[in-house]
Amino acid sequence: MTDLAVHLDGVSKSYPHFKLDDIQVKLETGGILGFIGANGAGKSTTIRILMGLVRQDGGAVEVLGHRMPDDQAAAKRDIGFASEDLRLYKTATVRWHMEFVRSIYPGWDPSYAELLLRRFDLRPEHKIKGLSHGQRVKAELLLVLARRPRLLVLDEPTTGLDPVARQEVLGELMEVLADERRTIFFSSQNTLDVEQISDQISFIDRGRIVDSGDKESFLERWRRVRLDVPPGVVLPSLPGTVSAVGSGRLSVVTTSRFDPAMTSAYQSAGATVHAVDTMTLEEIFVANVMSKREGNVA
Amino acid sequence: MYLQIMEQIKRKVAVGDWLPGDEIPSMRQLAVALRVSLITVKRAYLELDREGVIVTQHGKGSTVASAPDLRPRLYDEELAHHVEQVARLGSLLGIDADELASRIHDAAGRLKEELHD
Repeated sequence: MTDLAVHLDGVSKSYPHFKLDDIQVKLETGGILGFIGANGAGKSTTIRILMGLVRQDGGAVEVLGHRMPDDQAAAKRDIGFASEDLRLYKTATVRWHMEFVRSIYPGWDPSYAELLLRRFDLRPEHKIKGLSHGQRVKAELLLVLARRPRLLVLDEPTTGLDPVARQEVLGELMEVLADERRTIFFSSQNTLDVEQISDQISFIDRGRIVDSGDKESFLERWRRVRLDVPPGVVLPSLPGTVSAVGSGRLSVVTTSRFDPAMTSAYQSAGATVHAVDTMTLEEIFVANVMSKREGNVA
Repeated sequence: MYLQIMEQIKRKVAVGDWLPGDEIPSMRQLAVALRVSLITVKRAYLELDREGVIVTQHGKGSTVASAPDLRPRLYDEELAHHVEQVARLGSLLGIDADELASRIHDAAGRLKEELHD
């Protein structure tokens, strides 16, 4: 039996103007999953369902072995959740919040909390209302991390952070994963962050998972092939072709299932392959979403 | 990204930071240290194992191979890369393979003369 920290199976939820449909997510213990989607794609709704804050219409949700939302009280002892929706008390200090969380969670680690204060460059005597956006995000993360939860669920932890703060946060998340019993599920619009630290990736768009898999095979499968296509030559249509655009003789084929045999297939059809380019996760995400929206099968 | 990690590890072995038989960091340790995902490091170790640079024993971690044969390979890769660039530029400029070969021949000749001077 694989040890799944998070398992969403066929989860659906309908709202008047939005629908989550057949959401499948599997995340093994010790792994880190980056959940990528545009604004309004369904990331936060999925996370609310995962946390038991919203009851799904259909499908099963299991988190750390607990059925959600029914068993959420037990599950939440071991989950650290941070999202933009969570608000700290404006007139209270960082230290006050630390003591407050400590009084609730027995797992609070005071020395780790002090270490995080220094690493995140936070002053415990500062009131929340005086903090910048980045400091506030880091304070929230500190409150969650110092509990040492088995599962971290973070809704866009790096959005709005400057590059230095982003690296501080990403570094701290990687530190968490040094312990192989701990797991992270985080959503992001920033594909660079996800590309850097994720093992697993899921793309969501318009309430559906459009693709998911381990990051290396993602990066391996997708390629952009630049071709010279002489007049009269027709490119063979190969499986995995996501898009083929060209003007004049030059053509660019984007594929989600690259294989070196493709280049020979194009060449024997009479075209010349100029280059086979790797793609960044951002390019893959955009190509993927666009092609799915146009109704192509990748 | 895994290619960069492979490159770094090869350099470490090439310059003698890591000696044959030395235990190298676990994948998880290296991932945390470099702040990159575990799966990227896994991929790099797998390829290095395949190339004979390191030996990974399941459950026991990884060590540098007893005779990692790196340097010629690093140069080989470099050469292969440049040859490909030459071929690509040649095709862009409409220079045929014989002409490319003769230019490389000339360049090699000039280098030889320089070395003799």
